[in-house]
Amino acid sequence: MDNEKKTSLASRIPPKVWLLISFAAAIVAWYILSILPATSRGFPNIIVTTQGLLTMIQRGVFWADLGSSLISVFAGYALGFVIALPVAIIMAWYMPVRNILEPWIQFIRNIPPLAYVPLIVICAGVGRRPQIIVITIACFLIMCVTIYQGVINVDETLIKAARVLGATDRDIFVRVIAPATLPFILTAVRLGASVALTTLIAAESTGAMAGLGMRIRSLNNTFESAPMLAYVIIIGIIGITMETVIKYLERKLTGWQEKREI
Amino acid sequence: MAGEERDLILKIDNVRKVYNTRNGEMVALNGVDLDIYENEFICVVGPSGCGKSTLLNIIAGLHDATSGAVYCKGKKVTGTGTERGVVFQQYALFPWLTVKKNVMFALEMKGIKGKEAEEQAMKYLEKVDLVKFADHYPKELSGGMKQRVAIARAYAADPEVLLMDEPFGALDAQTRTQLQTELLETWEKDRKTCFFITHDVEEAIILAQKVIIMSARPGRIKSIINIDIPYPRNQETKMTPRFLELKNEIWSQVYQEYLEVRK
Repeated sequence: MDNEKKTSLASRIPPKVWLLISFAAAIVAWYILSILPATSRGFPNIIVTTQGLLTMIQRGVFWADLGSSLISVFAGYALGFVIALPVAIIMAWYMPVRNILEPWIQFIRNIPPLAYVPLIVICAGVGRRPQIIVITIACFLIMCVTIYQGVINVDETLIKAARVLGATDRDIFVRVIAPATLPFILTAVRLGASVALTTLIAAESTGAMAGLGMRIRSLNNTFESAPMLAYVIIIGIIGITMETVIKYLERKLTGWQEKREI
Repeated sequence: MAGEERDLILKIDNVRKVYNTRNGEMVALNGVDLDIYENEFICVVGPSGCGKSTLLNIIAGLHDATSGAVYCKGKKVTGTGTERGVVFQQYALFPWLTVKKNVMFALEMKGIKGKEAEEQAMKYLEKVDLVKFADHYPKELSGGMKQRVAIARAYAADPEVLLMDEPFGALDAQTRTQLQTELLETWEKDRKTCFFITHDVEEAIILAQKVIIMSARPGRIKSIINIDIPYPRNQETKMTPRFLELKNEIWSQVYQEYLEVRK
């Protein structure tokens, strides 16, 4: 009886309020981290952290860092997608291409980007170019694999159904394979976004002039934990924003799906 | 049947199908001959593995015969064609299209576009009593409703013959009975030539004019039984003595084949 009452109370709280509760809990946890001797040096409290961020804005580096990182992320991400889409389709359609490419895509995908960044720097020099190249590679690999899976997993019966209704090869590509693959393309876009951000830190280790990842490293040299923490949180906010936008797109564009993917 | 002048819609001429498997050649169909005339309702029964689906796929043009041929209105079948419509067991509706747009797909493939296609689609949905669900997505429908949409879509392509591959096999008994009744009513009205595969003997007898019993390994036609129960038929027909007699006869033949397969 008591238990039932509790559940019904919890289920009566609207999701938005839950979000607030969760937010408050995080602030409390943060506060505890900021006073515990073991963690206080790495986790200054919310006021000090905000001040740290303001200092970075006053020093005139914050907007440059944010802008630089966003440009690298979006450029690499977009390029990765533009290359991955046709390559994935060609891999799905032509067996020789698939057999030659796929093992290497899987092989490289399992190497952390941080490991091969120095090689890219040797080839492409320092600055923006190697950053974009590294993010492009990482995004390409994950998106290519995901889209390829989508194209080869198109339900054979749907293609048959279209064919018996008189569909040409072109009709089948445009009106069956493309829409059937769309959920996988959007999953690829979502996975790519998170990879782009993860890779950003590795990419900015290439002697960047500005950038969120580069700044965190350089602040590390002076033990300025407040602006560091602020930057870490900013990266998190960028990530969650990208994911929210993409999830919204998924709901809008692929709401017809029988079951939702993870 | 003698003396009736009817068009030969499908001629299946000595069709043989061999698959190459890891354990060597597997003969799925051997020496299958069958003539299907206009307005006929034919049901094929047989144990699983007797090649009945393979036969349907060859007629549809989705698979090639190893030897022999299928002729549709005198023309040799070399691939799919809109004169041979197919209804699949798994419905095969396009999940990203609404019910109405699924039916419109069939019309658009025939070059009917826009408003005209929409109006015609609604007409076909009316036939299967799904007008209210025109703007729903397939995921919002029950299995029975999905199959009704698939049937409406097949009708919209206006084929000469409907090939149905265990269309009610995935449905629960009650829904299956309901769809049988609906299909019977539709067929009694328009007499669209039907080639219907099932493993349900009762379903075959209630629907068909002729029941083809296939034997397994290799798949071939074992016997053809004329169902002399007059139309209109309904579910009560299943209680008549003649129905039960036919059911016993066909069932014992199918059962023999089933025992053969098990050996």
